[in-house]
Amino acid sequence: MLALAACSQRDAGSKDSTAAASSGRVDLTGAGATFPYPIYAKWFSVYDSIKGVKINYQSVGSGGGIRQLQEQTVDFGASDAPMSDDEISKAKGGPVLHLPTVLGAVVITYNLTGVTQPLRLTGPVIADIFLGKITKWNDQRIAALNPGVKLPNTDALVVHRSEGSGTTFIFTDYLSAVSPAWKAGPGKGKEVQWPVGLGGRGNEAVAGQVKQTPGAIGYVELAYARQNNLPTAHVKNTTDAFVNPTIESITAAAAGAMSGLGAGSDYRVSIVNAPGAQSYPISSFTWILVYQAQPDATKGQKLVDFMKWMYGEGEDYASALDYAPLPIELRQQLTARLSEIRLGTAAQ
Amino acid sequence: MSESAGAAATDTGIAPLVSGDIEGKSLGDRIYRGVTTVFAAAVPILLVLIALEVLIAAWPAFSRFGLSFLTSSSWDPVRQQFGAAPMIYGTLVSSALALLIATPFALGVAIFLAEFAPPWLRQPIAFTVDLLAAVPSVVYGLWGIFVLIPFLRTTVSPFLRDTLGLSALPFFAGADYGYNMLSASVILAIMILPYTSAVAREVLLAVPRSQREAALALGATKWETIRDAVIPYARSGIMGGIILGLGRALGETMAVTMLIGNRHEISTSLYAPAYTMASLIANEFAEATGDVHISALMAVGAVLMLTTLIVNVIARWLVWRVSREVRA
Repeated sequence: MLALAACSQRDAGSKDSTAAASSGRVDLTGAGATFPYPIYAKWFSVYDSIKGVKINYQSVGSGGGIRQLQEQTVDFGASDAPMSDDEISKAKGGPVLHLPTVLGAVVITYNLTGVTQPLRLTGPVIADIFLGKITKWNDQRIAALNPGVKLPNTDALVVHRSEGSGTTFIFTDYLSAVSPAWKAGPGKGKEVQWPVGLGGRGNEAVAGQVKQTPGAIGYVELAYARQNNLPTAHVKNTTDAFVNPTIESITAAAAGAMSGLGAGSDYRVSIVNAPGAQSYPISSFTWILVYQAQPDATKGQKLVDFMKWMYGEGEDYASALDYAPLPIELRQQLTARLSEIRLGTAAQ
Repeated sequence: MSESAGAAATDTGIAPLVSGDIEGKSLGDRIYRGVTTVFAAAVPILLVLIALEVLIAAWPAFSRFGLSFLTSSSWDPVRQQFGAAPMIYGTLVSSALALLIATPFALGVAIFLAEFAPPWLRQPIAFTVDLLAAVPSVVYGLWGIFVLIPFLRTTVSPFLRDTLGLSALPFFAGADYGYNMLSASVILAIMILPYTSAVAREVLLAVPRSQREAALALGATKWETIRDAVIPYARSGIMGGIILGLGRALGETMAVTMLIGNRHEISTSLYAPAYTMASLIANEFAEATGDVHISALMAVGAVLMLTTLIVNVIARWLVWRVSREVRA
């Protein structure tokens, strides 16, 4: 009898939940960056199965995420580049908190027949290749970094992203940090005026063009390069070490940048060229953007609960999907920061 | 004004029995008429609303950059400097080249199918050509990357430069990396071919038999019949087909974006990467955050709409002129 009752109760329960699912009930909606979409999708699906909280995320791009957050059409935004003061001032729901979620990196990939060991490059050399100042692969400055490597006498063909993207932001942020000429020239942004080269749409197009064209050089995000076994250059960091981009060397970059991230930090920081012997220099946070004031207390609580879970168990899912998890101390610091979110109050 | 309105009223007043009886007797007829009128009106209204919306959004960019928006080649989102000249150039040149490549093929196919093909062959070939129009744009792009570009780069390009010795011409100067104006134009040509050829075929088939018989009776050969009797008769329709293809070429986005190299620069060389207006909007809109940047993209959209409009007006005028000549 009891078992039967329990059974029927469970039936009723599961019917309820399927009804909720089929009616498309969604607890939280978010929009933004495409770069972290695989890990976010994983988190939201795991979190739904554990807590039954449905989070819908549209990977429309960082710019679109910021716009939708400003217009309050989503509960949270996501971006690969921090919002500017100007963008925050246009947000209709008041102050916006930047919460780093995972780390990404940009790697340099190239097509050099006969070069088997990883190429070694420095920031200024990469900048000058992308500025069109170094045009040949057997240029003295590249050769000096790669003793014993037979570099071909071919043109270095630059391939970059044609559409605005967080990957471009991280890459140009790095180039601006290491090359005054780059900073004064193209500058940093999700999209810049490239002095030379071809534009490809998406990581896959950049990687495809590099693969097809002997002598080509381009940049793609780490996850894409790893999944497709692309050759990647080792890049010199602040301690003069040439670092291979790996999950560990990226997390190391965040750890190296921790010293600059005190309790008062708003986490809108660039961690390119971070200190630390193991740090890979072209690394960056990607952020979830939430309003500090959450007028809807129920939704706000769900959001905070999710973020707490993410900084705990959630980060363990990152490396399997080729994202670098945040250093443990940073996760604790950020979990504490979640208390700054005010539930049930409107923006002042 | 009121006089003419009055006259119109009297006009309808004079023959109320006839027109009223036929058009407005049953409620169903009136509803039917109303519904179709709404549908017919919806299209122009929608078009005007879209144009208005685009113009309003584009206005800040137009007022900020003025005419230099159309003439400047600098597209710098970091410093918020925008000029659309390379994209306008790229759109016009890639479409014109595509038309140049596609039209002879399309006409050849249409003439063969209408005049020479045995009936058992006509249907399969016509079907295959029409099928080209059903291939998604992104598939053309992928095919372009993996098949067309390597072919152009390793076979066609050396032939043009070395065998024909064209590298002295500015159109074929510089290194060929495959992602360039030429590749984009060729893919566009393949994409617009079915439109032009389908229209041309139907128009040629619609030419009355008497036209051909008369020419043949005068002792004309098959070639002379087609050239002097059939094609002139179908000329305005064929022009219409070419224009349809051109309209398609101007607005095509995905395949072009994948092949053209996306570079904001005007170059006479077909081997140089270029950019089109549609590609630019598709590439940048999602991540554009600054107001000026968004407005500049909208302005590019407005210029694209205007370009299409101008091209269509010119085309209509050509068709009209040709058909008037034929009638004369």
